[in-house]
This record gives sequence, structure tokens and C-alpha cells, in this order.
Amino acid sequence: MIKTGNMKRYLMWFANENIEFRFPEIQSILSLLNIEMKFIQKPDVTEPYWIVQFNSEEDVQQVANRSVSLKLCLELWADSVTIEDLHSQLKQYPKQFYERYFSPDETFKIELETFCRHLTQEEKVRKIEEFHYLPVQGSVKLKDPHVCLQYIEYYGTDPNKPPLHPYCVFFGRWVSNGLRQLIRTFSLKSRKFIGNTSMDPQLALLMANQAKIAKGDIILDPFVGSGSLLVAAAQFGGYVLGTDIDYLMLHAKTRPSRKKQKVREKDESIKANMQQYKLSARYIDVLVNDFSISFWRENLKLDAIITDPPYGIREATERVGTEKKDFTVSEMHLMTHIPSKIAYGISSIYKDLLVFSSKHLKLGGRLVCWFPIFREDYREEGLPSHPCLKLIANSEQILSKLTSRRMLTFEKMEEPPENQQEIKFNGILDFREKYFEAREETRSEKRTREAKLRNQNKIEYLKRK
Amino acid sequence: MKLLTHNMLTSKCLKGVSVGYPLGINATEVTTSVVDFDPEFISRLIPKLEWHALKQASDIIGEKGYLPEALIADYENNEEFLKKVHHALLEIEVVSGNLVCPETGRSFPINNGIPNMLLNEDEV
Repeated sequence: MIKTGNMKRYLMWFANENIEFRFPEIQSILSLLNIEMKFIQKPDVTEPYWIVQFNSEEDVQQVANRSVSLKLCLELWADSVTIEDLHSQLKQYPKQFYERYFSPDETFKIELETFCRHLTQEEKVRKIEEFHYLPVQGSVKLKDPHVCLQYIEYYGTDPNKPPLHPYCVFFGRWVSNGLRQLIRTFSLKSRKFIGNTSMDPQLALLMANQAKIAKGDIILDPFVGSGSLLVAAAQFGGYVLGTDIDYLMLHAKTRPSRKKQKVREKDESIKANMQQYKLSARYIDVLVNDFSISFWRENLKLDAIITDPPYGIREATERVGTEKKDFTVSEMHLMTHIPSKIAYGISSIYKDLLVFSSKHLKLGGRLVCWFPIFREDYREEGLPSHPCLKLIANSEQILSKLTSRRMLTFEKMEEPPENQQEIKFNGILDFREKYFEAREETRSEKRTREAKLRNQNKIEYLKRK
Repeated sequence: MKLLTHNMLTSKCLKGVSVGYPLGINATEVTTSVVDFDPEFISRLIPKLEWHALKQASDIIGEKGYLPEALIADYENNEEFLKKVHHALLEIEVVSGNLVCPETGRSFPINNGIPNMLLNEDEV
């Protein structure tokens, strides 16, 4: 239980993107680390900050060390809607809370951050000097001081018309940053091996947090592609496995995804990515495998499954099979035969994925996957579901005017029955079919329209000349 | 392919195969590398392993008799033993060769360390 009363308040400041993923991420981290957090102020989803309580500063640091949505965390000393009130609050802040940070041997600095408004250096210095009444005794040190005090002015989230005065202001002692720097470390731009559908590093890390990956867990991605989810899973201590039906992809023999690259390098592979990020100790293996035909041992238990199945738009949805009747491969061709593939509809993929997860996850283990939808058709009942898996979180990432995808987090609540054939699944709309149907114009229509426009612009340009 | 992966695979999905475990290994190229040792991970992993399959695979691919016939008691506190299991599971790697179904003899090629478990369309 969190003891109220003399508890310290903390300000959690989030990056202003992927807003729907913020709350589920922190929830998952709290549950993974078994940490309690209490809201003091009911958070407004449109604001990038929360005011909360934790049992200890160590708890705050642990949460921050796992969160990708979180920018920074302050021990909050004062907050208000006006600057004058902030100063008067701060003047009354109880001495016992700040005394030790102001002793003569503690170096310090005061930093000013403004959100959605740019201030000149002069304005900044003037604003910082207004804190002259703080009884600090230590000396100022701008690089790595013992104590970093932070003053935040928040001008809303619309950069086009910031108000003259901030909506609210905060002052506190910096405690920790989140993991935003990892997004850069794992940037696809500098990654050795990528594919057409490699997952954005921020979303991959969010998935790994939703999956509650802990050190020493075994994680599988059954539609691994270029392995971008494995990077995130391994970063949080997971030992990673992947399978994919695409032989050329796993062997990095597909056409390169970078515009400027003509041929793939010889040593591109998922393993090489792991080496690049110094995570190779946690790379187990990848296999070429058709997900609809399981080669895994019956009693295999995984700690988490994270995956982004193909939607049939940019990556094909396929499994091994043939439309031909009584087809056999002749002895002569057996050595070099490449099996033909047939369509593997989205509803079968998700059904297989849920059945597989209910069987191979440990109790309490999580499945995190993406699910494409048509925004106008969306109903929660239309999401894939399984009686042994509980939907924990469901956050939307908008892709276009019509489409989006949802990151679904399931937790295994109980062991499934031996015979899963009897489980009824609701019909899942085939995203691919509708995608091509509902598209406003076909590819050739778009091409003609664009060519026409280009032509027109050219004529106008020549006229002006 | 590492022996940890081998320990988790069966060919039970093939027509007419009842157990399909453990898969045989024909290795033409094997490498060993150094992987960071995490004793906690290995002791968590051991109860999930099929020991006889690991022992058998380690005898074929690695040094014969490197692992004992049966899992020892109190392995959590035996660092030397955990290191051996770690080596067998994660440091030995089959770069090329075949995995073989013990019942039908169907073989699955391993290239560049990646096993190809695709079936032909007449097998599914």
C-alpha cells in the first residue's frame, strides 16, 4: 500500500507521440516490476504529463529505466497555473525536503525547459534568475552536477499558436530520464539488415514492454522477417527465437530495402543485427518454417510471443500448399524443389496465432501482436479472441484516412482444452480484400492522375519562363 | 542452429509420425563461439529441457561424454556443471548439415546456421 501524507510527488513527462500506448506501457512496467504508482491528479489524455506518487525514488528510477514513452521524471516541488504562484509555493516548500540537495558540497544547475514555445537565451537566463531566493550553497556546475533542478513551462501541444503565458509551470529535482535515446540507437537508418516492413524501433520497444519481457525469458516471433522485434526483446534481456516462411528474407537474399542500395551485403542477417547492438549473447536461432505447420515440441513453454503478422499488403500472407489435386514432387526434382504457396487468409493466421499462443505460452505469459483494421468498421468484438487469452491492452496507430492497426496485448489466463477444434472463433474480416476494394483509386489511376499533374505543372512553369 | 533449438523441435507434424523426437543431426560444419554465461538463465532453462535429447546431440556434435548420462541433482549450485550445459546449449552451432526425422528419414537442410523446416506441398 502507498502511504499518503508525507509522500513525495513525482512529475512524469512523456513524449508527445504514440499517446494511446503510454498508459498500457506504464501499466505493464509496473506490473512487471511489481511497483505501485498512484495518480494524484487524474491524467488528461491530451496532456503529456502525469502527477503521481511512488513508494520510493528507486521505484521511479526502475520504471524510467524501462519506459520508452517517458522523457523524464522530476521530484515535484511546486506546480501551478501561474508563475507567481509557483514562486510563492516554492518559497514555502518545507526545508527538510530540499536541505540536503542545497548543502555546500553539492554542485547544481537549474535547467529551463519550455514545451511548444521557443525562448531566447536571454529570456531563459532571466527566468532562471527569478529563482535567486533558493537557499543553495553549493556551486554551479553545468556538466554532470550532483543536483539538477528543472523548471518547466508548458504552452500546450499546438506549436502553431502557443499562448503568451504558459498553461502551467512545474519546478522540481530531476530524477531520471526514460529510454528515448534507445530509439536513436536502434534507428533503422543505421541498422545493418532491414526489410520493407521492419518495425519502427519505438514501437518494437513498446511491444517488448507490453510483453513484460524480463531477463532470461524465452521469446518467439513467428513472423520474424528482418528480426526488428527480436532486437527490442533482447535489449530487455529476452533470449530470442524467430521463424518465417520467407527463405530469402532469413538468408538476406531479398532485394535491398534501401533506395540507394543495389545489392545486399554478404553478411547481412538477423544475427548480424544482434552483433551490431551487442546483443548476440541472447540470440538463439531463426528457422525457415511455415507457421501453420508447427515443428515445436508439444510441451514447449514460451515466456512471451511478440509478432507482426503479414497483412497481405506489403508482405504476402502465404503458407505451403497447392491448388492442384494429387500433386507429388518427383524423385528427380526433390533435391531442388521449392514448395509452392497458397493464400493464408488473415482470419486463419490470427486463429492459428491465438491457438498456438494459448498452447505454448506459460500461464501469465503474453502475446503482443498487431492487427490491421478499417477504421469505420472497427468494433472491439471484431478483434480476434480466445477463451484462454485475456485482452489486456489495445492501442491504435493510424496508418491512413481509412486504415489503422492496433497493437493487441493478450495474457494467458488458463490452459486450453486438448482439442482446440471445438473453440469457436468470430469471423475476422479479411483486411486485404477490403483494402484493395475500398481504396479510393487503383494504382494505375493514381499514376495517371500524378502524371497529369506533373504535366500541368511543367506547362505552367514553361509559361512563366 | 544451436542445440537449444534442436531440443525444442520435433517432426511430429509429418504424416504418419507419432513422436518424431529427437531429430537426428548430420553436421557437415560445426563452429563454437564464446557466449556470455548467465547461470540464472541456464538453471531456469534446465527443467524445461529434454535431457536425453541434449545429451545425445552433444555426443554427436560435440565431444562424446561431455555431458553426463543423467541430469545431476542440485545443479543450481554447481557452476561448473551449468557452464557445461551453457556451452552445449548456446556455444556449439551447426552451420551446415541436416536435421533428420527419426521415423521417416525426411531430412531438413541447415544452411548458414538456419534450418529449413519447409515441407513440400505434397506433404502438408
